[in-house]
Amino acid sequence: MTGSAAIHASAIAKTYGTGDAAVQALRGVDLQANFGEMVALVGPSGCGKTTLISILAGLLSRDGGELRLAGTDPDALDNNARTLWRREHVGFIFQQFNLVPQISVLENVAIPLLLRGDHRGTSLERAAQLLERVGLKGREASQPHKLSGGQQQRVAIARSLVHGPSILVCDEPTSALDGATGQRVMELVREQGCRPDRLVVLVTHDERIFHFADRIVHMDDGRVTRVVDAKSEVAALRAAQAMENPR
Amino acid sequence: MLRIALQMLFGDRAKFYGILIGLTFATLLITQQSAIFVGLMTRTYALIEEIPQADLWVADPTLQFVDDTKPMAVTALDRVRSVQGVEWASPLFKSILVAKLPNGGRQLCDVIGVDDATLIGAPATVVEGKVEDLRKPDAIFVETRGARKQLAQPATDDPRGPKRPMAVGDVLELNEKRAVVVGIAETRPSFQNVPTIYTTYFRAIGFAPANRRTLSMILVKAAPGQDLETLRLRIERETGLSAYTPGEFSWKTLDYWMKQTGIPINFGIAILLGFLVGVAIAGQMFYNFTLDNLKYFGAMKAMGATSGQLLGMVALQGMAAGALGLGLGLGATALFGLSVPPDRLAFKLIWQLPLISAGAVTVIVVGASSLSMLKVIRLDPKEVFSG
Repeated sequence: MTGSAAIHASAIAKTYGTGDAAVQALRGVDLQANFGEMVALVGPSGCGKTTLISILAGLLSRDGGELRLAGTDPDALDNNARTLWRREHVGFIFQQFNLVPQISVLENVAIPLLLRGDHRGTSLERAAQLLERVGLKGREASQPHKLSGGQQQRVAIARSLVHGPSILVCDEPTSALDGATGQRVMELVREQGCRPDRLVVLVTHDERIFHFADRIVHMDDGRVTRVVDAKSEVAALRAAQAMENPR
Repeated sequence: MLRIALQMLFGDRAKFYGILIGLTFATLLITQQSAIFVGLMTRTYALIEEIPQADLWVADPTLQFVDDTKPMAVTALDRVRSVQGVEWASPLFKSILVAKLPNGGRQLCDVIGVDDATLIGAPATVVEGKVEDLRKPDAIFVETRGARKQLAQPATDDPRGPKRPMAVGDVLELNEKRAVVVGIAETRPSFQNVPTIYTTYFRAIGFAPANRRTLSMILVKAAPGQDLETLRLRIERETGLSAYTPGEFSWKTLDYWMKQTGIPINFGIAILLGFLVGVAIAGQMFYNFTLDNLKYFGAMKAMGATSGQLLGMVALQGMAAGALGLGLGLGATALFGLSVPPDRLAFKLIWQLPLISAGAVTVIVVGASSLSMLKVIRLDPKEVFSG
């Protein structure tokens, strides 16, 4: 599936509120992204990143424009069907991990499988495999709060991938982590998340992880202002930093 | 997911124990106060249950409850006996009299006078002596609780020294007339909590101050095959008196205490308090528990949990907490009932009370769960994103 369109978004618009209180969060966003890619959405606070990622994850309906996510328009589905579509096709990595504290790491990872009614034993087996892949073998029975922040995010990565989603949505995955841990987490997302049949969409403010993406989508005031190749963006950033801090 | 729901509930120990304590305490208060209320109310018609031989109780039409004796003329007994379908009719005397005790003390006593010939109405469970001894001169029976407590006598010459229960052979005075204890009987505790003294009808009349009307009630046995309701109506029609089956008479007595006293209101307030404790502690805590877990429910919703799945989880958490709290509360109530001597506290845990408590706990849990569910249904999964 590499190279085929995972996201086809054209003139996506979203407005919150009505009348004088109306706020246009998205003003005609165009975005194409292919399977096998990692795309980073960047921009200042309030530029519409969260609204766009919510629409791309099938959590929020748009007001206008056209959208195909892995060939499906989620807004054409009723609420229940959209929930089931999300369950099958979308994986989530949250900024605050959102691991259920009262259950084990293994059960946390198995949640997407248990939600769709998979057999508990099979689900836990699959979850254990994912934990091994993210380097947490032996920590299956631990409670999430007994792990470090980086380890918790690794559990969240395993959870996001356990059901084999075609779109992986990462919301500020490194902002609750220190720099080195953030780098290791992103290495893991890149290594485990990027597959020819999967698109990874990343929302971040953290310039230090831009180089993990293939393309950087800059947003401002509800619009996509430019889409650049990540390598050239990173090179430009490094050049700018070298100018600011000459040795 | 249901298993995870239970793990979430049991895993948050502080809140879980808080919910459990709230529900347990609410159940304990509701059930225990109800059981004491039922126990007290049952005592109001203890005398009726003490005399199971009577098919009908006949009394003055103005009588309101079993202790509210309105003496009738003795001729009423003959009139009842003459009604067709009556196999036998026995007189019963009942009055509160002052007893002068051997140590000189005075004590109000409930004096029951039973038929001299048949002794119908005499206590069934005799602990010491024989019922027939009531036919001896000046003979009386006293019941065990009264003998142990209000009628107890100094065991030594020291009037302030240790006491012993009143025993066979002790002599006391009723209205300046000599009465000799010839037996001790076990009876149901009465509501008035004064010692009960049994004697024969004519001796009881002798103990009581002179009165033209001395017949308190008439106990009636229906002839074999006689329809009880027909006989009851016939007695009322032919004698102008009121006749009740034991059940009706018990309900009439209960109805009087329920409507004419503040007892139901007092207990009602205590029971309501128990309910409010449940709402305030357990309900509130359960709601907070759900609020604390809202972000995890939100994450699950984002990951594809349907509202039905999440509601099922919340409902199961509510049911589990409710069932455990109810069980512990009922257990604690039963232990309380077993630990308190029956003559000290009226306590009767009838089978309906656990059902009532279960209903109350259900209301608390369903109320708290519904509010929690509302939060979960309204939960916007995109809120899990940081932006």
